[in-house]
Amino acid sequence: MSTLLAIDPLLEGDLFWTPLLIVLVKVLIVFVLGLIATMLMVWFERKTIAGMQNRVGPNKAGPWGLLQTLADGIKLFFKEDLLPERSDRFVFRLAPYLSLVPAFLAFAVIPLGGDYRDGNGGMVTLFGEQTRLQLADPPVGVLFALVVSSIAVYGIMLAGWSSGSKYPLLGSVRASAQMVSYEAALGLSIGAVLIVSGTLSTAGIVDTQSSIGNWNIVATGFVPFVIFLIAATAELNRAPFDLVEAEQELVGGFNTEYSSIRFALFFLAEFMNVITMSALIVTLFFGGPQPIAIGDTVLDIPLIPNALEGTVWLMLKVIAFLYFYVWLHATLPRFRYDQLMNLGWKILIPAALGWFILLAAQRVGTNAGWDQTVVTVSTALVLIIGYVLLNAAHKVSRNNREKNGASF
Amino acid sequence: MELFVFVAASIMILGGAIGVIVRPNPVHAALSLVLTLFGVAVMFVSLHAHFLAAVQVIVYAGAIVVLFLFVIMLLGVDRTEDISVEPITAQRPLAVVIGVGIAAIVSAAVVSSADILNRQGEGLDLTTVESPDANVRQVARSVFGDYVFAFELTSVLLLVAVVGTVLMARRISSSEKGK
Repeated sequence: MSTLLAIDPLLEGDLFWTPLLIVLVKVLIVFVLGLIATMLMVWFERKTIAGMQNRVGPNKAGPWGLLQTLADGIKLFFKEDLLPERSDRFVFRLAPYLSLVPAFLAFAVIPLGGDYRDGNGGMVTLFGEQTRLQLADPPVGVLFALVVSSIAVYGIMLAGWSSGSKYPLLGSVRASAQMVSYEAALGLSIGAVLIVSGTLSTAGIVDTQSSIGNWNIVATGFVPFVIFLIAATAELNRAPFDLVEAEQELVGGFNTEYSSIRFALFFLAEFMNVITMSALIVTLFFGGPQPIAIGDTVLDIPLIPNALEGTVWLMLKVIAFLYFYVWLHATLPRFRYDQLMNLGWKILIPAALGWFILLAAQRVGTNAGWDQTVVTVSTALVLIIGYVLLNAAHKVSRNNREKNGASF
Repeated sequence: MELFVFVAASIMILGGAIGVIVRPNPVHAALSLVLTLFGVAVMFVSLHAHFLAAVQVIVYAGAIVVLFLFVIMLLGVDRTEDISVEPITAQRPLAVVIGVGIAAIVSAAVVSSADILNRQGEGLDLTTVESPDANVRQVARSVFGDYVFAFELTSVLLLVAVVGTVLMARRISSSEKGK
């Protein structure tokens, strides 16, 4: 039974009251943490962008405007909930939840803390029970994040379709085409991490990254991280890939017809996704809750127990990425649609696939005891030949199209 | 517990399958298909095939049905269709005959091979079953070891299908028509 749910020693054997209570408390903490983090993220984004644009930003509700999001939320609760006449009622009501629930579910597999030092593997003891500071560690591990992100596409797609109006439909078709295209690059760069770590479990992936030299950003050779970062930004529909809500062309994107609390749910899901994705980047490439360490020298925060220190490190790393996303939003102009598709299909996917094959060849070479340099050089040669052939094919087909008078 | 999961998943699968046929709106039918695929994923999890469950959702629910929905939305056939008009007159009685026939063949196969189905877990590498990553290893060993030839042939078949589709969908320009 225990393996059906998750590989957590807490759930092995019969279920007693203490483990059950711990799990319930964990669920509650993760949910509330998600909500509060989202609230603060909205404030953080508005305030930071305001600072970058020489404005003040929200400053009325609460100290430094901290409660602005709460005030907006309460306002949205009391607004009239409109149901467009031409909408598909059931799907229109369902879509916001299809968007929100995956955003929270993905948060469940992120290790939120715990002591990964001295071979502890992230285990902590709570009330005499061994457990991890993470809601679930399913056997599919990080694939679970891909699963829920593939469900989240439905929320956006159905929201646009069920509104029964043109602009939301255009917005949602754009959004889902973009998300499906970039999911391939996202998956392939996760594959690179999995080859290096040799496990699917998120806790296991964190466990292998004990010092900066072992962090997957170094171990996978930097390229998968860059691809993951770009693909994740596109997956989140954030600037510079926010064609989904290009106000000049689409009014407001897939959520144009939504109002009141249903709109708030989409808004919440969007910001929750940013936090989850940042936490996923940190987990996959930057050692998650592991402290920063060079070789054996660990940068230890004094006075805090190691298990809680993990949470502090995770928060610091996640905030760095949240700032990075806000920064992108404030500075970069939007891509054109054909540029977006070219970047995704012609650059990111081939690059991710090539790097994946290179890492796999190196792994096979290590297992079989071959000479690493020979393996790397010969794989790279094969990949370069493949790339040249691909380019030649592009060129030939472009010439053919131009000869036939096409302009695309 | 396992019986409960089985019954719930079966209801999901069958309900979704009936929905695909019965719902007049194509988008609702596609959503019913998602329900069926999810039910199959739940079945995989209850059989401890976690990796297959994840792949089932990522590939089928996350990519294939999304493409179905794309086609439905872009072609604009997402309004209720009049299905009382029959373009090919013989297809309904034929569908009934074939449906009943397939059901009969499948039940016959299950009944006649009951003793084989009872032999559980043969051919499994038991040393790795306890590890959480065992699923991936077993699947990889089958796909890239025992059945690598069939697997590669299937992928070549898919590639041929893609190339064929592109070739057929290509607009033939006037200069080529003239030749």
